[in-house]
Amino acid sequence: MVRYIGKRFVISLITIWILATLTFFLIRLLPGDPFTSEKITPEIKANMMKYYGLDKPLPVQYATYMGNLLKGDMGYSLRYKNREVNNIIADAFPASADLGLRSLVFSVILGLILGIVAALNHNKFWDYACMVIAVIGVSVPSFVVGSLIQYLFGIKWKLLPVAQWKSFAHTIMPTFALGLGTLALIARLMRTSMLEVVGQDYIKTAKAKGLSPAQVTIKHQIRNAILPVVTVLGPLVASLLTGTFVIEQIFAIPGLGRHYVVSIQNLDYTMVMGLTIFFGAFLVLMNFLVDIAYGLVDPRIRVGK
Amino acid sequence: MEREKILEVKDLHVSFDTYAGEVKAVRGVSFYLNKAEAIAIVGESGCGKSVTAQSIMKLIPMPPGRIKSGNIIFNGVDITKFSDKKMEAIRGSEMGMIFQDPMTSLNPTMVVGKQIAEGLIKHQHLSKKEAMTRAVEMLKLVGIPNPDKRAGQYPHEFSGGMRQRAMIAIALACNPKLLIADEPTTALDVTIQAQILDLMKELKSKLDTSIILITHDLGVVADMAERIIVMYAGKVVESGSVEDIFYDPQHPYTWGLLKSVPRLDAENKEQLVPITGTPPDLFAPPKGCAFAARCKYSMEICYEEQPCDMEYNKDHFAACWLGHPDAPKVERPIKGRGVK
Repeated sequence: MVRYIGKRFVISLITIWILATLTFFLIRLLPGDPFTSEKITPEIKANMMKYYGLDKPLPVQYATYMGNLLKGDMGYSLRYKNREVNNIIADAFPASADLGLRSLVFSVILGLILGIVAALNHNKFWDYACMVIAVIGVSVPSFVVGSLIQYLFGIKWKLLPVAQWKSFAHTIMPTFALGLGTLALIARLMRTSMLEVVGQDYIKTAKAKGLSPAQVTIKHQIRNAILPVVTVLGPLVASLLTGTFVIEQIFAIPGLGRHYVVSIQNLDYTMVMGLTIFFGAFLVLMNFLVDIAYGLVDPRIRVGK
Repeated sequence: MEREKILEVKDLHVSFDTYAGEVKAVRGVSFYLNKAEAIAIVGESGCGKSVTAQSIMKLIPMPPGRIKSGNIIFNGVDITKFSDKKMEAIRGSEMGMIFQDPMTSLNPTMVVGKQIAEGLIKHQHLSKKEAMTRAVEMLKLVGIPNPDKRAGQYPHEFSGGMRQRAMIAIALACNPKLLIADEPTTALDVTIQAQILDLMKELKSKLDTSIILITHDLGVVADMAERIIVMYAGKVVESGSVEDIFYDPQHPYTWGLLKSVPRLDAENKEQLVPITGTPPDLFAPPKGCAFAARCKYSMEICYEEQPCDMEYNKDHFAACWLGHPDAPKVERPIKGRGVK
């Protein structure tokens, strides 16, 4: 187990290094520089470039950046003056993570329930009802859902606060809007998986033992059907927790999502790098945790003790 | 002395309703099973043998499947119309079942001991701990070494033969009166087959269980069963003692079956003969004998009318017009009694 984790850790580091390198060079392929949009004289601009070390040859910049990264220093933002990238991420991540976690709990629990209910009522009313919800969830983009419920619940009926991130009431609409797509995905996956498992021989064995339908479903069917859902959970968790631009924009939530888009628009090299590495590392970590969780659910792929 | 009957199936009809129409999988099957007896149901794929067996335990998916008519009398009680709840009480405790493929019939995410214990907890109301102790005993009984350790392992840590032993342990955990083994050795290699059969025979005499063995392998049957029921296209075509079926078969389909199996006592250079053609479509079974189209002895009447059971001795019946007193005498490809 220790060996396995060690191996995974090394692979993760390499992954992140490749990711950082690619991003470093790709972002510099974009035309323009971080100060293009500001109305400054060429002298000041040259000074700024010098100040941030952007006048040096690319390999030198790369070496400096990687050296600093090893120390955990992702540099200063080129846009927000005097603010470290680390600092900005640490500021914005909690709100994103909070929203993401709520959406995750909401979508996983409800998604599983919908999937199970649909599968148990295969080709009957509740199956169709659940799948209609799921299809809507998959096909309607979150900004449409977000704006729609914002208008209905926030403006028209005045049931919930329109935007911002303060009390529990503030969190309901963004959680729903962000989680709906995931919920639909999980519901569909769980339904398919449940229907596949029900045809397996071991379900027949369980019935032949004289177990009641409820016991068969709970002890034998769900446990096995949940495996594919666990697999997709890693990337899902990472993308939910690290913030989404659209939802955060609509509900004015001070999360990471906004920074992604703005930093690319501004060619804020250090911000882009910082966010990409942060997201990448998070994704790698979540996949790793899911692998370990997977072993807990499925004994066949439990790693050697 | 008449032996006590544990199971009697009378004129059982089972159909499946599909989009394309009604598939008549079982069309009037009757047989009985004595206490502590082992019988075999043989026939090719799709002849209705598994459906018959699963109907006895009501394990066929309903719908689309349904028992159209007939009676299943188990231990003196007609269970044909039993509710699901009542069936649950019988399944596992009074009758157990072993399936064909041990690789897929155990739950991969549950330790083997627990899978054995489940039935005990349900039917004998044992505590979890007692049931686990009993599960270990069962594993020991079916010949799994290190049962203490094995009970805590998952199916993927077992070999194929050991999984089938574990399946037998599950099926027999509550000491059922009837064990239905649906092709228990088909998925195993030959040496393991022999071991599993020996185990089943041993347990049968030890626990006094009656066994219905479903198979298409006549070699397996000879070793295990006292009587044989030959099925074809959802009907019983011949039934009799092992002796009768192997050495004095009366139905051309049985001849065909026997000719297509290698025999140690066969004369040199005797070829295996396949049965040509395919079984009839069970959407619309033929009016007469279902085998007529593939039978080289078929006569006009075979296409016109279902043959009734001709009695050869008190246990030996065959549904074939050749057994009729007016039928022409044909040369049988299987040598008769006494030639062994």
